[in-house]
Amino acid sequence: MSRELVKDPLNIIICGVGGQGNILATELLASALVEKGYYATVGETYGASQRGGSVMSHVRISASTEYGVLIPLGQADIIVSFEPTDTLRVARDYANKSTLILTDSRPNYPLGVLIGEASYPSMDAIVAELEKLSGQVQVIEATNLAVEAGNSQAANILLMGALTALPSVPIDVADYNKVLEQRFSGKALELNLKVFKIGYEQIKQ
Amino acid sequence: MEWMIIANEPGKTYLMQGNEAIARGALEAGIRFAAAYPGSPSSEILAMLGHVAEKADIYAEWSTNETCALEACLGASFAKVRSLCIMKQNGVLTVGDALHSASLSGVRGGLVLVVADDPSAHSSTNEFDSRHQARAAAVPMLEPVNMQEAKDMVKWGYELSEQLQQLVMVRTVTRINHGRSSVTLGELPQEKPSPAVIGEWDRMVAINWFKDAQIAKLAQAQEIFEDSPFNWYKGPEDPDMIIVTCGTGWLYSSEAVESLGLKDTVGILKIGTTWPLPEKFIVKHLVKTKKVLVVEEVDPFLEQNIANIIAYHPELNIELSGRQGQKAIPRNGELNPDIVLNALTNLTGKTFARPETVVIPQEEAVALPPRELTFCAGCPHRASFFLLKQTLRIHEGQGVVMGDIGCYTMGGQRAGHFLYGFLCCMGGGINAAEGLGNLSRFGFDQPVVALAGDSTFFHSCLPGLVNAKYHDSNMLFVILDNSATAMTGFQPHPGIGLTAMGKAAEPVSIQKVVEAIGCQVTVADPFDIDGTTNTVYNLIKQPGLKVLILKQECATLAVRKREKPRVWVDQDLCRGDDCGCGRFCSRVWGCPGNIWDYEAGKAKIDEVVCVGCGVCATLCPAGAIKMEGGKADE
Repeated sequence: MSRELVKDPLNIIICGVGGQGNILATELLASALVEKGYYATVGETYGASQRGGSVMSHVRISASTEYGVLIPLGQADIIVSFEPTDTLRVARDYANKSTLILTDSRPNYPLGVLIGEASYPSMDAIVAELEKLSGQVQVIEATNLAVEAGNSQAANILLMGALTALPSVPIDVADYNKVLEQRFSGKALELNLKVFKIGYEQIKQ
Repeated sequence: MEWMIIANEPGKTYLMQGNEAIARGALEAGIRFAAAYPGSPSSEILAMLGHVAEKADIYAEWSTNETCALEACLGASFAKVRSLCIMKQNGVLTVGDALHSASLSGVRGGLVLVVADDPSAHSSTNEFDSRHQARAAAVPMLEPVNMQEAKDMVKWGYELSEQLQQLVMVRTVTRINHGRSSVTLGELPQEKPSPAVIGEWDRMVAINWFKDAQIAKLAQAQEIFEDSPFNWYKGPEDPDMIIVTCGTGWLYSSEAVESLGLKDTVGILKIGTTWPLPEKFIVKHLVKTKKVLVVEEVDPFLEQNIANIIAYHPELNIELSGRQGQKAIPRNGELNPDIVLNALTNLTGKTFARPETVVIPQEEAVALPPRELTFCAGCPHRASFFLLKQTLRIHEGQGVVMGDIGCYTMGGQRAGHFLYGFLCCMGGGINAAEGLGNLSRFGFDQPVVALAGDSTFFHSCLPGLVNAKYHDSNMLFVILDNSATAMTGFQPHPGIGLTAMGKAAEPVSIQKVVEAIGCQVTVADPFDIDGTTNTVYNLIKQPGLKVLILKQECATLAVRKREKPRVWVDQDLCRGDDCGCGRFCSRVWGCPGNIWDYEAGKAKIDEVVCVGCGVCATLCPAGAIKMEGGKADE
């Protein structure tokens, strides 16, 4: 097997709102990479609250050396996001014209929107700006698909399925399933394997 | 992952969180005792040690505060047991007296104190640099660059501690504690020594007679550090510039030197032993250059101590830059790769081809609503702050509220209707309120309210409550009892009835403690908005010290224990903008579960976010919010 990466280091950002399972998804991805012999480092940024704040994880993958846990501005190769406005917030700082973006379309309304001080932008406007900032944008209805599959909380693993299907990501379904099997059992494992496959198929179709 | 930290697989490489690596390093060193008070970003270390305590044959406790934790470790050390103490940077300030005293008495069993600093204060009220405490207390300090080194330094810290008979501090930062990278496991000890008998003349006494010994230990540490494998130089033999760095700065600097193509002209001197500095080792390398850039987290600690070395070595002729010198790096805030890249570009004139990026002009950019921190859906603090705000509005006097540290610190922001006028440190609210309340003798007549959570109550409010009682301060002390140290991840505290090792313990009743001090105490449910608003109003009107316990379990914990009731809006009953409530549920109440259905012009519940507490159903003036089902599952 060739260990060489399409780009080294390969920089991936996984972002969303606290409580969406961002940290677990990232940990599973990076564990699968380390199991496969890559250097993987993860930097996690989350605020003081357990839930509700923006959460962003940086994953840096290399075949040859360890990198610092944070990605320099404008140098994300892939952005995977669980929340559209957070996708745009992160893309403005970290995307470049080659960046590939996978984003859920389901809004999670911030306080300012709830109390009517700010409005939530339309998905069309968000995607239009994302397309200007990056190389490619794919919207995946991750939360809705996860709800259909049995649990909205599984949207994180569903998006990891989509990420794994990208040719530049050097792990495959079996690698990710292996770490899922290490950490889950019974119904939770069944659900996670199922949504992972659904996510994978979103890209492969 | 807990199984990783006790996996008997020497040589195996796993992805580990820095906090996991620290726990593993302590277990590889053969600790038998661990104590901590939770504080981000350090909390996972003791949580994991508690979970594996039985299998690893160790004792682990969530101490009531950091001083309890450090002094408990000193007790274990007296019997020559290796112990690990863990806290965040604020903690190392609260243990100041204990730390400075322990450094005089020294230790017997190895004692490593891990301090997790939080540059940029992601989960803190300040970004204190704990290295100042190591220097002030004359305690050796190590600073890892990655997760592997965090494990290895903690393990070696025990050898150093026992060789010097001194405690050893290991300083980490959020990016190490909460970062993850590959860690290769070492051996776990097969057998752990039993506690030693403490003899008639064995002593651990902190008194100034031992100051010479303390100074000698630091000098001995410095000698050991001169040859430490945690310090190294990488770069050309005659560099134009040397970057001196520690902690996260090593990987950021390495990447910046590589990106800018400076490998032949810029060297990197990486220091793992940041106090005391290995002076001879540093001079040996700095003599090769005329320019030095210091890259470090938080304060110019390394930089100022290098300036100190330069002052005593006339052979060094150096232009020093960093967070202080040349203002090469911002004085405030966390490091990141771009800060280091920019500093190096400014000093060398070298740039590199960044990937093509697009900047959208502000007038064309989508307006993004900021994502403010707020209380979780169903959080009892939302109810507490709402009813306190209401009460203080009803009251004719302008109420003054003193906050404290925990999830409810957010009550000073929009999430809590900007209720606080005062915020200091753990336990600071009640003491400030005691002082303010005692001004009533001079005519100060505004109601004074202090807030504290249940974990903070045990941590640092008890002396304050005794003080307020004894001096009968004119104030209301509100304990927001959500039965959790919620902000840091639900660690148990003495009121919970559970230990760090998962064993049942007899809970200490906050109510009984308060009553034993002789205070008048009222217990109320914050979810009973009308009833509790009246209770608070009546308490505020009374003179003297009053204590109110607002008791309701943390929503994030509660939702795990019971079947979630379904809460929804009957849009036929919701009167929309014609109601006159001004969209109370989403605009005023502000729970993330209460959203607005713009198409229907009616209220709506986000059922993915809602946890089913049902409080909004009791507040809707039209009775449009409905609740059904849900049962306790305990």
